[in-house]
Amino acid sequence: MSWALPLPVVIPLIAAAVCTAGDHVLPRRLGDAIGVVGAAGAFAFSLVILLASEKQTQLTWFGGWKPRHHHVAIGVAFAADPLGAGVATLATGLVLASVLYSWSFLRDAARAYDTLMLLFGGAMAGFALTGDIFNMFVWFELMGVAAYALAGFQVAEVGPLQGAINFAVSNTVGAYMILMGIALLYARTGALNLAQIGHALSGHRPDGLVIVALTLLVCGFLIKAAIAPFHLWLADAHAVAPAPVCLLFSGVMVVIGLLGVTRCYWTVFDASLAAQAHDVRAVLVALGIFTALLGAVMAFLQRHLKRLLAYSTISHMGIALVGIALLDEKSLGGASDLLLAHGLLKGSLFLCCGILLVRYDGIDELQLHGKGRSLPVLGIMFGLGALGLTGLPYVGSYLGHAQIDEGATANGIDWVQPLLMIAAGVSSAAIFRAGARVFLGWGPREDPLLSAEPSESPPERTASMPALFAVTAALLVLGLVVSVAPGLGQRVEQAAGRARDRIAYVDRVLRGRELPAPPRPPVAVESTATDSVLYGIGATAIAFGLALVGLFRRRLPEIVRTALRFTLGPPLAALRLAHSGIVGDYVAWITVGTAVVGGVWALLLR
Amino acid sequence: MSFLPYAVAAWVCIVGLYGIVTSRHLIHLALCLTVMQSSTYLLLLAIGYVKHGGPPIYKGVKLGTTSVDPVVQALTLTDIVVSVTVIALILALALDVHKQAGTVDPDEIREMSG
Repeated sequence: MSWALPLPVVIPLIAAAVCTAGDHVLPRRLGDAIGVVGAAGAFAFSLVILLASEKQTQLTWFGGWKPRHHHVAIGVAFAADPLGAGVATLATGLVLASVLYSWSFLRDAARAYDTLMLLFGGAMAGFALTGDIFNMFVWFELMGVAAYALAGFQVAEVGPLQGAINFAVSNTVGAYMILMGIALLYARTGALNLAQIGHALSGHRPDGLVIVALTLLVCGFLIKAAIAPFHLWLADAHAVAPAPVCLLFSGVMVVIGLLGVTRCYWTVFDASLAAQAHDVRAVLVALGIFTALLGAVMAFLQRHLKRLLAYSTISHMGIALVGIALLDEKSLGGASDLLLAHGLLKGSLFLCCGILLVRYDGIDELQLHGKGRSLPVLGIMFGLGALGLTGLPYVGSYLGHAQIDEGATANGIDWVQPLLMIAAGVSSAAIFRAGARVFLGWGPREDPLLSAEPSESPPERTASMPALFAVTAALLVLGLVVSVAPGLGQRVEQAAGRARDRIAYVDRVLRGRELPAPPRPPVAVESTATDSVLYGIGATAIAFGLALVGLFRRRLPEIVRTALRFTLGPPLAALRLAHSGIVGDYVAWITVGTAVVGGVWALLLR
Repeated sequence: MSFLPYAVAAWVCIVGLYGIVTSRHLIHLALCLTVMQSSTYLLLLAIGYVKHGGPPIYKGVKLGTTSVDPVVQALTLTDIVVSVTVIALILALALDVHKQAGTVDPDEIREMSG
């Protein structure tokens, strides 16, 4: 199966080259078709690799540079474990959905659009499959360049340009931090292969250099993952990018950042930090909770639908980071399930926004007030998507939430679950509120609570609605069944366990040892604890309740409204002020955040 | 191996970051980003330095001659290639901002906040 390993990267890159080379020769539609075929091929082979990797971690050494003498890796390897292959499958699958949607959504976009989409997809697949840390950096940068260009695609307006610049500068600073971390690890170990670095570090207590490298790598990847205080660029990039590009940004690009953290921690840093794992956990769980709550509150303050969904993405990334940061198998599996369901559901919500834009020339909650009544099917899809993200028992992202809750309980942490429930509830409340205003016409037409944003002109007025609806509905249905897909939870947990097993990874990559195939997990719907069901119901209740408060708060008694204005007003104003839209401020927050995280770890990890 | 190159790398990195944070001009901002990037070259090359080592070119050189680490040089080259793309893109975006808004001061084009 190893021969197929480079294909999810090679196919889209070749298709991208053909698209560009044939720019002036091929008919417009043929170029789009090449894009679809390239994305479909990458997705098909990712799926094949995923199935093979469940039995055995798949390996391929480029140019045949296998580790021979003393098991030292010199060449560059792709090493696909089920977690990495799963992310590659999600990435290429969403790229496929995105190019299919763009087929009618961006019919007259420049040809470069297909090329950029394919490069973006191929780079994400490469990042997920590689076993070499410098190779990770290269894919990370390639992915970044394609994404910056896609964000600033509508260059006729200032908004998209500013969003793209904020995005590009923040993420490039992150990439340089990652590169410095890699350089430090190379200085210590003389290796770039993940397994080799971990092998060289194992048995040594962490020293200053390892802690600085950990900080630089983790913070660099957390910029991509939009974890507060590194998250400021994300809402700007989403607000300006076309809807199918937002699908990729929210659905999988941020996931790549979290995969980077997971991969680096479990293959490299676990070797020297295993004894102090609780300190690593404390810092990352704190960041995750902070992000989950901050993102949820900011989502509630938005009226621009894509920006609202972007802040909700930030909130979910915080929840997923908690799952990863708990550092156990159950929670990592939970984070993976959550990100899978989130990617599909949030993707379908963004595509719903695209349909709204085509139909009503706007993406602003207040301007669209009541207009959505003529599209009841879209309203139902929007509501179901929001419900799936909330964590109502056995719907959509519930399984992920439940596994993270159970992981936290198993770790003896009992205060995390209610906070995550509140975060999920509040961010969904924002989506429900927007949906009720647009599709039901509830609530007033003016709301001073919500931030004003630049408007967006529709890309295509004659888009074929059935095609747009079909792609959106497909993602929605797939996202909703994640929690009840028989055997999925167990298989993802097994994949998470494999990703955490550094010894087996080193054996496989450096010594080529074939491990016995793991037992097939049972094909049954994963059962969850009663507590998780209660938290799920609680989140849903919060979401509905708060959405109603957001819509009808003028009917609250005067005294309650005054109290709310005085207690919540100043902190919300401060939050708004912090999200200034100026790139210098963003980089300042990144610098401060990195310094604080590094400082805390320097004190704790000794 | 002297401590100095590492200190210079850290200093250049901080200077670049300071420039990005305080920049009032998008072209200046892109250049500050390249300054920060230069610190990664310094760091990489300092790591690969070997005292009295020659360049890592082995043609016509006696076997066993010390050379500096070729891996970090390859990394530096890759870094340059990748980063040039990013900088080119940011400069192109800055040009478009100037066309659309008539200014290149990030503080004056605040389309997005809150």
